[in-house]
Amino acid sequence: MNPDAIRDKVAIVGMGCCQFGENWDKSPEDMIVEAAFEAYEDAGLDNPQQQIEAVFCGSVYPSKGTAEVADALKLFGRPVSLVQNYCATGTDAFRYGVFSIACGLYDTVLVVGFDKPKDRGVSGPSAVTTGVRGLPMTPAGWFSLCAAKYFETYGAGREDLAKIAVKNHHNGTLAPKSMIKKEITVDDVLKAPLISWPFGLYDCCAQSDGAAVAVLTKRELAKSFRDDYVLVKAVAIALAENPQSDPSFDFLRWKPTVHAAKQAYAQAGIGNPFKEIDIAQVHDCFTMTELLTYEDLGLCEKGSAKDHIANGTFELTGELPVNTDGGLKTFGHPTGATGVRMLYENYKQLQGKAEQRQVKNATIALSHNLGGAPQTCGLTIVGMP
Amino acid sequence: MVGITSHGAHIPMLRLPLSAIAGGGRKATGGSGEKAIANFDEDCVTMAVAAATNCLEGIDRAAVDGVLFASTSYAYKEKQAASIVAKALDLRRDVVTADLADSLRAGTTALRAGIDAVKAGSARNVLVIASDCRLAAPRSALERNIGDGAAAFLIGDSEVAAVVDHYHFIADEIIDVWRTDGQPFVRSWEDRFVVEHGYSDNVVEAVKGLLQKSGLGPKDFTKAVLYSPDARSYAGVARATGFDAKTQVQDPLFGKLGNTGCAFAPMLLVAALEEAKPGSRLLLANYGDGAEALAITVTEHAGKLRAKRGIQWHLDRRAELSDYDKYLNFRNLQPSEFDRRAGQGVSATVHFRDRDEDISFHGHKCRRCGTMQFPFQRVCFKCFAKDDFEQVRLSDKYGKVMSHTFDFFAGSPDPPLIVCIIEVDGGARVYMQMTDASPKEVKLELPVEFTFRKIHEYGGTPNYFWKCTPIR
Repeated sequence: MNPDAIRDKVAIVGMGCCQFGENWDKSPEDMIVEAAFEAYEDAGLDNPQQQIEAVFCGSVYPSKGTAEVADALKLFGRPVSLVQNYCATGTDAFRYGVFSIACGLYDTVLVVGFDKPKDRGVSGPSAVTTGVRGLPMTPAGWFSLCAAKYFETYGAGREDLAKIAVKNHHNGTLAPKSMIKKEITVDDVLKAPLISWPFGLYDCCAQSDGAAVAVLTKRELAKSFRDDYVLVKAVAIALAENPQSDPSFDFLRWKPTVHAAKQAYAQAGIGNPFKEIDIAQVHDCFTMTELLTYEDLGLCEKGSAKDHIANGTFELTGELPVNTDGGLKTFGHPTGATGVRMLYENYKQLQGKAEQRQVKNATIALSHNLGGAPQTCGLTIVGMP
Repeated sequence: MVGITSHGAHIPMLRLPLSAIAGGGRKATGGSGEKAIANFDEDCVTMAVAAATNCLEGIDRAAVDGVLFASTSYAYKEKQAASIVAKALDLRRDVVTADLADSLRAGTTALRAGIDAVKAGSARNVLVIASDCRLAAPRSALERNIGDGAAAFLIGDSEVAAVVDHYHFIADEIIDVWRTDGQPFVRSWEDRFVVEHGYSDNVVEAVKGLLQKSGLGPKDFTKAVLYSPDARSYAGVARATGFDAKTQVQDPLFGKLGNTGCAFAPMLLVAALEEAKPGSRLLLANYGDGAEALAITVTEHAGKLRAKRGIQWHLDRRAELSDYDKYLNFRNLQPSEFDRRAGQGVSATVHFRDRDEDISFHGHKCRRCGTMQFPFQRVCFKCFAKDDFEQVRLSDKYGKVMSHTFDFFAGSPDPPLIVCIIEVDGGARVYMQMTDASPKEVKLELPVEFTFRKIHEYGGTPNYFWKCTPIR
């Protein structure tokens, strides 16, 4: 990998995000149009039909695929691709958009992340069964598999996880486009019904519908769109062994994050992530995922997450605010949209447009997704010029 | 000499107190005691595999030449059970398999067929298994009487522990207990008619025929092992044939086990063999569409089988399920938001490709670096060697819990579903469910063994895989 191939070559000049929620009365088309036209307006794209040269979409449950986006936005006569990479789907679509500009093929492209899981008729992620050996199994069941060993090794417990849920619920009350705006207490979290130990209801993110869109252009053109553009520092994806069959897994970390962080920090030139990163949006599909991510990203020492949680390190007022908009916890997780929604928050924060949840002097922001068994991690690092 | 060289049994861990059956506007007439009930993931096939595994402990499985499987409650009308059992037991591919079905007498008939095969020289070792999980209408008298269980015998010609010296068989036509195609519940005619003209007449005739044929009298037998439809009727048969019901008859285990259908007489025989002294003689009488009586002599090899998991071991291993609604749900007799049998079912081609992993529970061992892995891989996890593996049977190994969760969301009829990652002795990691366990006993490093179970019922068929269970 050439670590310099991406850094500072591509700019985000416009972003949009539809209202996330149980959008019973909205189609994927409605959400895509809502997010894309906000992004057009934000970028000052007065003629998207001429200016957008390619479209990179991310969706895990598309009903039609690429045509869903092309039809909605009437973007024909140009490439439209659809990427899937579990929960890192939106981030991976963004990554291909960045590549397409960095290689010099296009000047300006659109990245569209969307999903509409609430049209499936199930509340929450469904239990899935595949194959003959297939267990009735749930994402909560997969992501809880580090808990027993981690708790025993480092003395953390459900109370530490609960504080993450409380933090994200608070942040979500300050984000206009979040689905859940409700303060909760540690007691609420601990007393909620168990979904999959150690996760109770409030340890799990909600299921929601959403779409988010980014307009990317090459750095040389960024100024023609706006002064406060945001530069892409790193885009990374890493797969790791399936933790369910990996013969040597230690159940103390999620390896995809560890692998992807190495790539991303090399690209962005980051040596001390805790000092150099100002804010992070991380994959809080479950509270434990956020806890492990603190450590797996090297934001704190392995085993020390619970101390940082207690000290408020990752709260909005802390040294390194994480999930400043309330994360998956309050936005829900329309899989393809989530990565792009995280970029939307980082973009707004870096521009100083995050209103009540604004973090002061943030110039470098990270976003993170973890998906599958989990086996895949997507990371982006963006910053001000 | 040909006879029983090994035996094993399986009684499901769960017990339904008979008092729990009362309710729904009915009076409590169940009396005291309990009955053994299959867990929601057990059926006659899984119980057969468990009993046979106990029977084959310490025995080279490659030596088994045949499997005879007896049951009245097998899920399929067309598709053999014995071949599933043989695959789960990881027996040779050229094993002879047959199902004996449709009669409560099928278990002892299979026993005779196995002995005949070895005597005739067409096989050296035949596994005979009887297993039943019959369904009676909820809160019926029959429901209180029946239980679930299995027994297995290995028939061979060396180090024989019990020899059948004499047989007498009766075939009879009577509409006493029956179940037609598509009906879930066993039905029966009025019980006094069934006991008098079905059970008693036939069994007494068979026993008397045996005594006459063999020249033996009741006093020549240490014990009579008598099938009984209920907790009382066997006493009449004992009286009519000259046996002392109080001292000479094997405890039929009503109040503990229940009538386990075609596995009942075979299970009582295992219980009798567990206690029998060398040289003692047993009378075994079974009933169903006629009757059969066997005179069995116990040899000096019987004693060494006592260490196996038999009837007494299983009776001592119990857990109560007193929630009758949950029991009905286990049997798919309770309307539910989530139908466990819904859906398209498994792909037959995927099943076909994965049989060695899913049914025989084989893992891969890398020939280059020795790393054990599950499921099968083309490229080694550790040294990345391609296609250089040997298959290793994992089902008879032990393992330990590496990680676990309790999933309340996974649609189990007995939430929470205990889901674990198990490290099998030797190294493979398997993501699997734990069964016959309470979340309270689950912890890291907990030692487990493996048990063949229904993993789900999608598509309305029993779909089998292995689960783990704490070693007891």
